[in-house]
Amino acid sequence: MAASEAITSATRSEARERAAEYLLKRHRFRLAETLPWLAAIAVYFIFPERMTFGSQVLVMAMFALSLDLILGYAGIVTLGHAAFFGVGAYTVGLAAARFGWSEPISGLFAAAIAAGIVGFITGWFLLRYRGLTLLMLTLATAILLQETGNLRSDISGGYDGLPGLMFKPLFGVFEYDLYGHTYYLYVLAVLVVVFFFVRTIVYSPFGQALTGIRENVRRMHAIGSPVHRRLVTVYTIAAAIAGIAGALFTQTNAYVTLTVFDFDNSAKVMVMLILGGTGRLYGAFVGAAVYMVLEDYFSKLSPTFWQFGIGLMLVLAVLFTPRGVLGVFENIGKYFSERKKS
Amino acid sequence: MPQFAIIAVSILFDGLAYAMFLFITSVGLSVTMGLMGFVNLAHGAFAMAGGYIVVTLTRTLGVGFVPSLVIAAVVVGAASVVFERGLYRRLYRSTDLEQVLLTIGLAFMAIATATYLYGPIPKSVPLPDWLQGDVNLGFRNFPSYRAFLIALGVVLIVVLWYAFERTNIGAKIRAAVDNRRMAESVGINVDRLFTLTFAVGSGLAALGGGLAIQLFGLSPSFAVLYLVLFLIVVAVGGLGSLKGTLLAALVLGVFDTAGKYLFSDAGGFFVYAVTVAVLLVKPAGFYGRE
Repeated sequence: MAASEAITSATRSEARERAAEYLLKRHRFRLAETLPWLAAIAVYFIFPERMTFGSQVLVMAMFALSLDLILGYAGIVTLGHAAFFGVGAYTVGLAAARFGWSEPISGLFAAAIAAGIVGFITGWFLLRYRGLTLLMLTLATAILLQETGNLRSDISGGYDGLPGLMFKPLFGVFEYDLYGHTYYLYVLAVLVVVFFFVRTIVYSPFGQALTGIRENVRRMHAIGSPVHRRLVTVYTIAAAIAGIAGALFTQTNAYVTLTVFDFDNSAKVMVMLILGGTGRLYGAFVGAAVYMVLEDYFSKLSPTFWQFGIGLMLVLAVLFTPRGVLGVFENIGKYFSERKKS
Repeated sequence: MPQFAIIAVSILFDGLAYAMFLFITSVGLSVTMGLMGFVNLAHGAFAMAGGYIVVTLTRTLGVGFVPSLVIAAVVVGAASVVFERGLYRRLYRSTDLEQVLLTIGLAFMAIATATYLYGPIPKSVPLPDWLQGDVNLGFRNFPSYRAFLIALGVVLIVVLWYAFERTNIGAKIRAAVDNRRMAESVGINVDRLFTLTFAVGSGLAALGGGLAIQLFGLSPSFAVLYLVLFLIVVAVGGLGSLKGTLLAALVLGVFDTAGKYLFSDAGGFFVYAVTVAVLLVKPAGFYGRE
């Protein structure tokens, strides 16, 4: 009796050590991870006249990153992620237009809290459901928020939105300039902070539990993991991050309309993430950059052609490269490393 | 007649006509989703294709409205088999996400193609004389087109009910929705059954698309705009249930119409509020299996 107990406790502590080692190893930085950040800084020097567009790419990357947290890691398929982006966008928009609260950084915190609260409440109710029901409920949430805004267009400005918003200089020092240089660096800095927060979550035991839920919910229930609580937690975090992205969207554009709640916005961010690759953090960056640059180029040529192109890309992506652009690179890398071995 | 009764009758009549459109267009989606669990976001694109075929036939080729509806349903039904055989069947065992992405990709391509061919401006359709103006139903005049829509809807409900409940194929479909593996074990060819129901469902969607032109006008965004409503009808009714789809179409059709009549500002609020309320209480819809 005593001997077997000793063995169990020994193996248990050994297993725990192995698990910790595994997590730490995955968490360790790889050199390749500096690439997207170097690219973002390089863009600042190479395309100084396109900084407004650059800021929008970074905002969408953050939005896609928040979706990756729930879709890529926890496996929650949602068609209404724009709801949280919209709540964040309107939090800073309304604060600036109606209450004269135009300090940008505190605005971000307010947006994160507001979107997080909406995420917590809706998540608490909706994450018991799955499949088509969940798709419909998330979609309906975004539309209900949009309709609420439309209903009180005296406050929200309706579909005309809140144009011409003014925000105070950053830290009271750095003014908004015509080419958006300040805002590009500002968005980039916020993205760095958010990214490292998300990265920490993903490689934590909590992140591992989320992956477990994605891969096999029943088994997670069986080993006693509090599935619902974990899902609501990650949903709330993702909502808060989407809210920050929305707030940055309003601040960089200096306007906001109810179209931020559109189904198109939810679909667009999902397409970006899928193009980049889900469940791999940097997929959000690659997807947002590729999508936005292609859109910028092709929709100027012909918006119809562009829409057809997105559709075709989606179909081809599902049929041939289910793991996105980064998945293709990984496959190529694997091919060469295997050839080297043989 | 007192004022509120007039309004109530108008709401019921318009709501009923709207419900029939919703039922005709969504019923195929419900049965195919019930059979294969396939999330088909391109269903609205099939309806839109039907609408544009009707526009081309009536406007360019001078075919009558009713024959055009039939031709559109047959053409789209037949074309949908190509998609089912070529694309959809590869993804029956895939995740929801992959099905959503593939079919929404198809919907985008359909919208772009329609914009290229027909332009973004909404199209209308010439109606025969007997569908224009009003019809007297004894105590009041009603728009003939809506009366036609309701009559057609009732006929289709009876036909579908008979096909579903009283024929051999209907029994096989119900068996396959109930328990696919068991149905296959007793020798039902579920694959072929699915192709058949998919074709019929897409054909009905095309019919619904043709009927919708007169109600809402037809523009390329139809494929996504109304798709949400079809999906809501399916989710609220319960997958694979004829009865559920009908009930959901009626409830949502009447609620939406009432909301638009009584509180014009609130617009689409009602449909979504009702949807959320129903799904929170009954996650699998009215007649879906938990």
